[in-house]
Amino acid sequence: MPVSTLTDGRKAWQLRDRKAQLTRWFAYFAAVAVFMWCWKKISDSTTWFFVWDAPRIASDIGSRAFPPRWSYMEKLWEPLWDTLNMATLGTLLALVFAVPIAFLAARNTTPSAVFVRPVALLIIVSSRSINSLIWALLLVAIIGPGVLAGLLAIALRSIGFCAKLLYEAIEEIDHKQVEAVTATGANPLQVMAYGIVPQIMPAFAGVAVFRWDINIRESTVLGLVGAGGIGVQMQASLNTLAWPQVALILLVILLAVIVSEWVSAKVRGAII
Amino acid sequence: MSAAALDARIGKPWKKPAFIRNPYLRWGLYISAAIYILLAVSSIEVNWARVSEGLVRGWNFLAAFAEPDFLSRGKDIREGMIESVIMTVASTVVGILISVPIGLGAARNIAPLPVYLICRGIVALSRALNEIIVAILMVAIFGFGPLAGFITLSFATIGFLSKLLAEDIEDMDRVQAEAIKATGSGWLQWINYGVQPQVMPRLIGLSMYRLDINFRESAVLGLVGAGGIGATLNTAFDRYEYDTAAAILIIIIVTVMALEYLSGIIRARVQ
Repeated sequence: MPVSTLTDGRKAWQLRDRKAQLTRWFAYFAAVAVFMWCWKKISDSTTWFFVWDAPRIASDIGSRAFPPRWSYMEKLWEPLWDTLNMATLGTLLALVFAVPIAFLAARNTTPSAVFVRPVALLIIVSSRSINSLIWALLLVAIIGPGVLAGLLAIALRSIGFCAKLLYEAIEEIDHKQVEAVTATGANPLQVMAYGIVPQIMPAFAGVAVFRWDINIRESTVLGLVGAGGIGVQMQASLNTLAWPQVALILLVILLAVIVSEWVSAKVRGAII
Repeated sequence: MSAAALDARIGKPWKKPAFIRNPYLRWGLYISAAIYILLAVSSIEVNWARVSEGLVRGWNFLAAFAEPDFLSRGKDIREGMIESVIMTVASTVVGILISVPIGLGAARNIAPLPVYLICRGIVALSRALNEIIVAILMVAIFGFGPLAGFITLSFATIGFLSKLLAEDIEDMDRVQAEAIKATGSGWLQWINYGVQPQVMPRLIGLSMYRLDINFRESAVLGLVGAGGIGATLNTAFDRYEYDTAAAILIIIIVTVMALEYLSGIIRARVQ
């Protein structure tokens, strides 16, 4: 047990021995050094004059933004409907693709662990590592601005997320049930439908609703790059410095996020 | 024996029970879902001429992945990546430092009610605001550059880490914490020896996960002027330099994969 000697010669307990303590201090030192270097880099590329001026700017923007321009609301209903559609249809489309990919990626259902599984995992990783805003940027460049680009961006981003969570759920299923269904003479498709699907159904529903909730948040900002939804209005208002409209849009987005979180919590509570 | 007679003797064959028992509710849900999807799909306006024209461009973009161009904009890519990494590291560190006290405050079994409500309020606020929206406001207030991105990511980290940390603290083993209290420890000693060892593995795991998320987010913050590789990517798209854009996307994917792999190893080791 690590002990240290006090000044009067008594031994006292301490948490770590000297070697562990020194290693720890060295690690802290290195971490602080790295952080300070990063901070220096950020500081170098910052115009500090603007930062010192920030409180004034913030209060200026705040005073311009208040009160929100309520009459602008009538122009927001349609973008709001588009936003909802992008999130919902995008999630549905993603699930259509995510389910087969998840079955191909799960170790216990994949047809070939050497050839098919790595491809499925690569699809999952590529879809997950690119943010939906980048997908939207790409799709807007390819198929032009509009709701369709946003919908596809949401779908492409969600495939990886849903497939990853689903294939982890598939890998964790109880094998006895699968064996029991196999023992009745079921063919592979029947085994899947009666042995595996009922076990992952709660996870599937949970993932779908969870992702829908995230997608509502993400689809509110896709309009910034031209992919439809309420973000288009926000970008337009920001460009014309119409802060009262921006304030209203932010409030609407906040409300939409809260409602979607409430809905998803209710649905998940009802299913699981 | 005919099939009908067999049915009469052994009863109806087994049928898989429906997902929702109540038939009215079930069909009501199906029909309203169908109506919604019809309405939603019909409200999407698609300019098919533009799409078919764009498919050529889409193909060019996919072809660009076969021969990404890392070199001709090499300097911009390198600077953008370094800025992204710096923002990620700095904001994760600051985010963790701030979210630990807020996480302690948001745990009901440690904090008194007023502190709990304030900390939960901060967490809710941080989680409700999308990173991009925060970044837009920060750019408007602090000006262009990585500082705005750094503040945005730190703010987003607080909501994520504090919430999960608080939930972990609420789930902790009370006996262990009580044993420390029984030795006559002060509050800080109690937290340090009774609570911290229980939540540390999860905190490290979550921090690594958040580092991963912050890097991914830092790649898009540049789109609204908050520094990082996103600005370079946006420029590449605007100039239709698909080979450079492909190179940047490949770098992002590889970095995220590496980070995910690394965080997997670290999480496996601490848990």
